[in-house]
Amino acid sequence: MTTLAFLLLIVATIFGYFLNRIAARSIWNRGERLHSLTSYHGLFSALMVLVPVLTIMLFWLALEGRILDSLTMSGLPDGVLDGQGTGGLQLILAEIKSVSRGQIFGTPEDWKIAAADRYIALTRTSNMLMLIVVAVLSVAIIAFARSRVRVDFRARQGVERIVSGLMIFCSVVAIFTTLGIIFSLTFETYRFFEKVPVWDFLFGVNWEPQIPIRADQIAAEGAFGWLPVILGTIVITVVALVVAVPVGLFSAIYLNEFAPPKVRLVIKPVLELLAGVPTVVYGFFAILVVAPAIRSFGQSIGLDVAPNTALAAGGVMGIMLIPFISSFADDALSAVPQALRDGALGLGATRGEMMTTVLFPAALPGIVGGVLLAVSRAIGETMIVVMAAGLIARMTINPLESVTTVTVQIVTLLIGDTAFDNPKTLAAFALGMMLFLVTLIINIFALRIVRKYREAYD
Amino acid sequence: MTDITNAPGPRSPHRTTELIAGTLKRRHAKEARLKWIGLGAIGIAFTMLFILIASLVSSGWQAFAQTHISVAVYIDPQEVPAENLPRGGFDDVLAAAMAQMLPDADTDDRATMRSLNGILSNGAQFSLRDQVVANPDLIGQTVTIKVPVSDPFDQLNKGLIDRDTIEQNRRVTDREIAWFDTLKDQGAISKPFNWALFTNADSRFPELAGLKGALVGSFWVLSICFIISFPLGIGSAIYLEEFAPKNKLSDFIEVNINNLAAVPSVVFGLLALAVFIGWFGMPRSAPIVGGLTLALMTMPTIIIATRAALKAVPPSIREAALGVGASKQQVVFHHVLPLAMPGILTGTIIGLAQALGETAPLLLIGMNAFITSAASSPFDSATALPTQIFIWADSPERGFVSRTSAAILVLLGFLMLMNAVAIYLRQKFQRKW
Amino acid sequence: MNDMRKVERDLKVNDAKITARNVDVRYGETHAIKDVSIDIPDRTVTSFIGPSGCGKSTFLRCLNRMNDTIDICRVTGKITIDGKDINERSVDPVQLRAQVGMVFQKPNPFPKSIYDNIAYGPRIHGLARSKTDMDEIVERALRRGAIWNEVKDRLHAPGTGLSGGQQQRLCIARAIATEPEVLLMDEPCSALDPIATAQVEELIDELRQDYSVVIVTHSMQQAARVSQKTAFFHLGDLVEFGETEKIFTNPSDPRTESYITGRIG
Repeated sequence: MTTLAFLLLIVATIFGYFLNRIAARSIWNRGERLHSLTSYHGLFSALMVLVPVLTIMLFWLALEGRILDSLTMSGLPDGVLDGQGTGGLQLILAEIKSVSRGQIFGTPEDWKIAAADRYIALTRTSNMLMLIVVAVLSVAIIAFARSRVRVDFRARQGVERIVSGLMIFCSVVAIFTTLGIIFSLTFETYRFFEKVPVWDFLFGVNWEPQIPIRADQIAAEGAFGWLPVILGTIVITVVALVVAVPVGLFSAIYLNEFAPPKVRLVIKPVLELLAGVPTVVYGFFAILVVAPAIRSFGQSIGLDVAPNTALAAGGVMGIMLIPFISSFADDALSAVPQALRDGALGLGATRGEMMTTVLFPAALPGIVGGVLLAVSRAIGETMIVVMAAGLIARMTINPLESVTTVTVQIVTLLIGDTAFDNPKTLAAFALGMMLFLVTLIINIFALRIVRKYREAYD
Repeated sequence: MTDITNAPGPRSPHRTTELIAGTLKRRHAKEARLKWIGLGAIGIAFTMLFILIASLVSSGWQAFAQTHISVAVYIDPQEVPAENLPRGGFDDVLAAAMAQMLPDADTDDRATMRSLNGILSNGAQFSLRDQVVANPDLIGQTVTIKVPVSDPFDQLNKGLIDRDTIEQNRRVTDREIAWFDTLKDQGAISKPFNWALFTNADSRFPELAGLKGALVGSFWVLSICFIISFPLGIGSAIYLEEFAPKNKLSDFIEVNINNLAAVPSVVFGLLALAVFIGWFGMPRSAPIVGGLTLALMTMPTIIIATRAALKAVPPSIREAALGVGASKQQVVFHHVLPLAMPGILTGTIIGLAQALGETAPLLLIGMNAFITSAASSPFDSATALPTQIFIWADSPERGFVSRTSAAILVLLGFLMLMNAVAIYLRQKFQRKW
Repeated sequence: MNDMRKVERDLKVNDAKITARNVDVRYGETHAIKDVSIDIPDRTVTSFIGPSGCGKSTFLRCLNRMNDTIDICRVTGKITIDGKDINERSVDPVQLRAQVGMVFQKPNPFPKSIYDNIAYGPRIHGLARSKTDMDEIVERALRRGAIWNEVKDRLHAPGTGLSGGQQQRLCIARAIATEPEVLLMDEPCSALDPIATAQVEELIDELRQDYSVVIVTHSMQQAARVSQKTAFFHLGDLVEFGETEKIFTNPSDPRTESYITGRIG
């Protein structure tokens, strides 16, 4: 049905295009001078049909599921839903849907089968309605567009206005995305703080997001203090920076000043290769190679090292960040004007002295901006830590212990089935909110530094 | 200019030269040290890349071949009655066939028969069943089938199990090793290229697990990501670069896009979970949601690349077109955009390559489900290449380690291909204005 | 050894600070300087003039081996300063550049304080034994750079905060601080306004007492004002070299005449 509606829309669009084009053509053939080219008359009709009808269809499809679900559920006989939580309701809905698809497991109650039939009927009605709406609207718009074909009709301006509108819409999507992130995070975080006090979250030193399965269970209360989680994040970030900053920086210094052009041509793409490796690959590398290596090295010098140390996760994250920092530093060093290099060399500085005493200090703001962006990357990096760091939150800064991070907790809390009404799920959103805020502040700050720095030498 | 008259004259240049000469050795040594440290840093980065690739290749290359065994199976009508084919005792038939090849095995001992069957992959009985169901005439005949061996024997055949470790610490017993060697001597064992890696979907058994589901899933995700992010990104970039008035709003959009490009990917996962799945009620684990999410993530990359490409088109071309009376949109769509297209495509491909490797948001929307068939539409549950890697990396069976590395090599292969195309485009259409 | 002594004696006779013999410079495929030979005297201002792209700046950069920093640049021929071949393997460009200071077209103070700008050279070369020693060097250089009075109260303000003319004099002072014997100036006034230009020109004239100054300029008036000797370059050739007065009043080569009368340029 949906496919049919889409096909109908496409046909209507093409039809509208040719209808108007031919109409305009016939005016032109009569020897009159059209304001706009015939193809613009065609395009005008096509866009007039396509844009509004497609918008309506997409909205329909996006909202249809929700509405059908609630109609189905509200039509259930009284009493069958009593005492069901959100999870239970979702299960019942899922069962009704699978029955409606003909996938029947066991013997469902009669009211479920009835609901399934109603669901099917509702779906069909909805699809039918959509088809009719598409058809009627298309015809109406085509007729309207056709009536506009006249000698003096400014079809080009019409088309350009529509195209402008579309382009503005495209630009606004980015804003909507940000708004979507902020609203969804705020909304779920607000619900989380209804269940768990803000104070406990911000200043609690215990993170034990277990949720009782039954109300009468012992240790029913989970603890949601995020301090150990953010501490673990900081530990891993620091380890990553300890690896990435010196290696990245010295690589950039070598590339920028000492590498012969041919060597540079080889090294740069290879470093970019390192940057293109997906993080899930780094995560696997951490558990396959780095963690066992650190562990066996630790044992050989008599240290007891956890299998998922902050050192392994942070170290691998550091490797991931090397190309990031080196390319930022390289750009910053290259942005220092040639005049300053000449000035230093002309006074008899060696290349090394020029680098350390003139170029590096001059490029420092740009480099700091790059390092800050790397910090934000490290804090937000997910796969490496999900695979290689621990799950238990500890208040420790020892990189040889296993620590957990904000992103690890978000993923573990949300993996598997999630219901939106328990603190465990909502806690992930609260963590996500904090993650978003922290990285946003760092990013704004870093981007500002970088931009200021670029302006200084432009 | 008055102060120059009472300025003291220069010191003896001769003494200066001497002073400088004395410092030169130390200073050049310092310079060399900096250079070597830099070279060392690059060496570290390269070594890491080498270890990364080498460890993946060394653990992954074996997974591109799969140990198979050829068994001549007599389809015993007593075990496999024609009237109830799907419930036939295909495992017993196979065990009997195995026993035939290994005369020293005690066919009456159930444990023995079980371990004989254990040499074959768990999938062997199903593939035999499918064959017989498709052609019931086979009942009462002997058919030769070639099936994968189970994971421990695959490992044994690939030399990944040390025969010298004590029996208890090994996944195959001495007796099983002896059987396997006998079978090998008979020429029943072969190790062909592992096509199943690409034609099978996921499975709990490493020897049967393949990437088809993940490849199809990634295909859907990337297609949707492209269909959405490409027009949105280009539209937005053109507007911001060519049409937008320079005011607070366009500044805000610009800052917004730059920041969006740096938002952690897991946050996009949260957005998708709350909005697409939670509010719009879209299906979990579906490529459509994954594609939408990655499209939002890729869009800033495309916008930034497109704006750079548009900026690189010299104003003289715009002026020339405006000069002959084209409207501003005609200038952009007829002249500027085609000229900027190679740059735009390069940026888009690089953005899509990033999207292909993106994992975290897909985990949150449930694209790490265990799914044993490939998705037939973007609304079905599916995995993607990176999430499949995550699932396999999490699996305890030994055979999955090698499979994971192989999957990573496949993923890296695709990424290299995409980047190669991007570089090719850039080289081919690179223009000096 | 005998030859060496002979060369030295010749130099004494000519009183030449810098001698160039058969110098060729190539940038990749481009032949930028063709077989140039010249003797530049001590304690004199010598100006290089010629149309843009004629190679005068390139030749200037040969004199302190700044062309070494450009990868595709190849220099052949012999250049001596005080009889010593500067392109010899044993000569360290670092030391050479301390001995032959250079001032560039655009004022290029480091993004450091005025004091640190001046102290930069002496510091990297280890010329000061103590803080007071360094203070003395800085003051002397700033005085000789004719900028002391303007900056003495704000030595620790950033050098980039000065006006263009002040920045250029700061750069001259910075070059003087390493006690060079020769000062090379590559169009030092092209980025300056007329008043600042006059100040710098006055300074150049003063510096002649202690240094051999070589200045590249695109302005013939400037060459006539500040220099005693003038060399005219055209398309990589050294066309004519002699007393400034003679070049401007009675050039012997028709190309020089065309240039100074404004027919090529």
